[in-house]
Amino acid sequence: MITPTHYMLLSAALFIIGVVGVMVRRNIIIIFMSIELILNAVNINLIAYSAQLQNLVGQVFAIFVIAVAAAEAAVGLGIILAFYRNKETVNIDEMNLMKF
Amino acid sequence: MRYIWLIPLLPLFGAAVNGLFGIRSFSRRTAGAFATAMMLGALGLSLVAFWQLLGLPADARAYDANMLEWIPKIPLATHDGIGNFEVTWGFRLDPLSAMMILVVTGIGTLIHIYSTGYMVDEPRGGYVRFFTYLNLFCFFMLMLVLGNNFLVMFVGWEGVGLCSYLLIGYWYEKKSASDAGKKAFITNRVGDWGFILGVFLIYYTFGTLDFRAVQNAAAALPVETAQFGVLSLICLLLFVGATGKSAQIPLYVWLPDAMEGPTPVSALIHAATMVTAGVYMLGRNAVLFQQAPQVMTIVAIVGVLTALMAASIGLVQYDIKRVLAYSTVSQLGYMFTAMGVGAFSAGAFHLMTHAFFKALLFLGSGSVIHAMAGEQDMRRMGALKKHMPVTFVTMLIGTLAIAGIFPLSGFFSKDEILFRAFLANKAVWVIAVITAFMTAFYMFRLVSMTFFGNYRGPAWETGSHGAVATAAAHGVKHPADPQAHGQAHKVDHEVSHGPADADAAHDGHGSGHGPWHGPHESPRAMTFPLQALAVGAVIAGFLGIPTALGGGNAIEHFLEPSFTAQHRAESAINPQSEIHNPQSEEPHASRGVELGLMALSLMVAIGGIAIAYRFYVTHPETSESLAERFAGAHRTLSNKYYVDELYGATVISGTFAAARNLWTVDRTVVDGAVNGAGWLTVISSWFSGLTDKGVVDGLVNLVGWIVQEGSQGFRRLQTGLVQNYAMVMLLGIFAFVTVYLFVR
Repeated sequence: MITPTHYMLLSAALFIIGVVGVMVRRNIIIIFMSIELILNAVNINLIAYSAQLQNLVGQVFAIFVIAVAAAEAAVGLGIILAFYRNKETVNIDEMNLMKF
Repeated sequence: MRYIWLIPLLPLFGAAVNGLFGIRSFSRRTAGAFATAMMLGALGLSLVAFWQLLGLPADARAYDANMLEWIPKIPLATHDGIGNFEVTWGFRLDPLSAMMILVVTGIGTLIHIYSTGYMVDEPRGGYVRFFTYLNLFCFFMLMLVLGNNFLVMFVGWEGVGLCSYLLIGYWYEKKSASDAGKKAFITNRVGDWGFILGVFLIYYTFGTLDFRAVQNAAAALPVETAQFGVLSLICLLLFVGATGKSAQIPLYVWLPDAMEGPTPVSALIHAATMVTAGVYMLGRNAVLFQQAPQVMTIVAIVGVLTALMAASIGLVQYDIKRVLAYSTVSQLGYMFTAMGVGAFSAGAFHLMTHAFFKALLFLGSGSVIHAMAGEQDMRRMGALKKHMPVTFVTMLIGTLAIAGIFPLSGFFSKDEILFRAFLANKAVWVIAVITAFMTAFYMFRLVSMTFFGNYRGPAWETGSHGAVATAAAHGVKHPADPQAHGQAHKVDHEVSHGPADADAAHDGHGSGHGPWHGPHESPRAMTFPLQALAVGAVIAGFLGIPTALGGGNAIEHFLEPSFTAQHRAESAINPQSEIHNPQSEEPHASRGVELGLMALSLMVAIGGIAIAYRFYVTHPETSESLAERFAGAHRTLSNKYYVDELYGATVISGTFAAARNLWTVDRTVVDGAVNGAGWLTVISSWFSGLTDKGVVDGLVNLVGWIVQEGSQGFRRLQTGLVQNYAMVMLLGIFAFVTVYLFVR
């Protein structure tokens, strides 16, 4: 029987993987994918509780998050593309322009 | 008599109208007629006032009219506590001032008439300006003689000095004229200084400035025979004022130079009226002076020495007006001698007769100058009697009068002075007689050189166009001004009929003399005053026929109340009252002595005339050989005893040196202080700037520096690496979660 705990564990695992990916990877595309992991971990949580609590708001919210993620992906990829054209790199260590 | 305040105001009105409107718009005729009419009005009022005064009993002949309050009561210190300083615009008509206003308005009117003829060649504006000044002068002179207190008198005193200055410098574009004006004004200031100090001291001593009150107070004080007290000091200071105004030693030097003014001015101001103000002032304060015999002695000595000195200078002058100027100084010396020996009436009498004959002589000389196209040097005249008979006859009368020939006016007044001097002091008398001799000599020398002998002047144009003669006539130069030779400009001459004026004549309002046609008689407006004054010079003396000649000496009795204090005049009613005559205590000379003295002075005068006639008419070479034989003395006299040079070397250069020293003090000390203050400000502001830069800016910069340095550590936090930020965020979340879970 799959209980909410299982969903929770899956969600937590995905979240941790996403966070670690954001922290440790240098390729910005990978980091972007890790962020998608984090968002989807959250979506799993929302849907699991929606089912558990018999409340549709959670599913609506999940779809909303997916839409925001799509928009975010569009903007983020645009930025990455522009950056790549200027610096010819996708290494995040090179991206330290926003400091003093 | 109630309208005596109008007497000065009429000329003032004339001066105001002519000065404010006339200079712009009046024609010559209007301005001259208006000014003369004002003077005629004043003369009429004076005659009425005089007549009314004569109608009063002898010891009540005084009328005070306090018109307006001038200075309200001010507490002011006197020698015995706080007094009330109060001055009114008050006039006083008494015998002395009545005589003076008659002289001023009478001779003033005649001279106004004369001036309408004499000044006709002036430009219109200058002509009106002249009459404005002349009227203004008459106003101030009448204020002077009518004032009933010292301050009103002082107003007139200063005013006549001002008008004298303005009129001497009437031709102000001529340097010598403006210089002479300044000299007169500055010299008079020295005298005025004495006068005003005297007035201060009078107020301090008596607590009032009213003539009558001062006299009554002074008469109550003891006579200062032994000590030189406050009354003597007052009198001495007043006398200093009189020496300035009346041209006595040592302040006489301005009067001869004052001849730079137009001749009517010389006649009115510098002969008949203003210069007698000092004599009048002494007479007005006769009571004070009688209380100070030592000052009286000084007055007599100064007077007689001035008379002698000026007469001796007059012996050798060639400028016709300068001879008359020194003669005036000399005659004023006579008047002061009279005052000094206590013969106040005789002095005032001589003042009056002198006003007549000296005004006559000056106007006559003006007529001669007019005829000679501005020539003043007597060496270029001669034989004028056939050209100008009226001037000749009237001037001859004036000359005989001043020489003291019986029975002309000068004889009576001068003889009275001589007689009183004889009674008082034989030395003074001797000098006065010598002066009388000189007077007769130099006056007849003047007449001889001008009217007798051969004509020595320039040729004149008889035909229609003779350029040579015109040039010769015009080339006449002023003897004192050789540089001016050949400059055909009218400022070179007092009166010019040459081409320079012809230009003005073409303007349409000149009199149009054109080229000079030789000496000619003056117009009617000029001869009429001469004739009137000649009549005056003849008959004025009959007012004072001495008792020795069977006369009543009317003028002395008329004037006497003005020279005595009130209570004395009252005591004069009782029988043994000769006390009002200060000299009466001395032994009265007998009638024989008096007659002998008269004969002597007459002989002296005739002797002077005879010698002058011999020197300058019959044997003209005698005077030159004499001048050569006594070259030193002659040079000294010609140079006026070098007094001008002496003053130049001492007083004037001293003043200049003092001024220069003061300037140096100004430059070094005062300017130095200012510059030092500026320098100090610069230095201190430099330091202030340093403080600003170092301390204030330093603090501000220090704060900035601390912030900058302090931020060096913090800026390291902002790496720009997104992963660092995310890391920190994560750690923060862990921290919060930890706190939430465990610390709660």
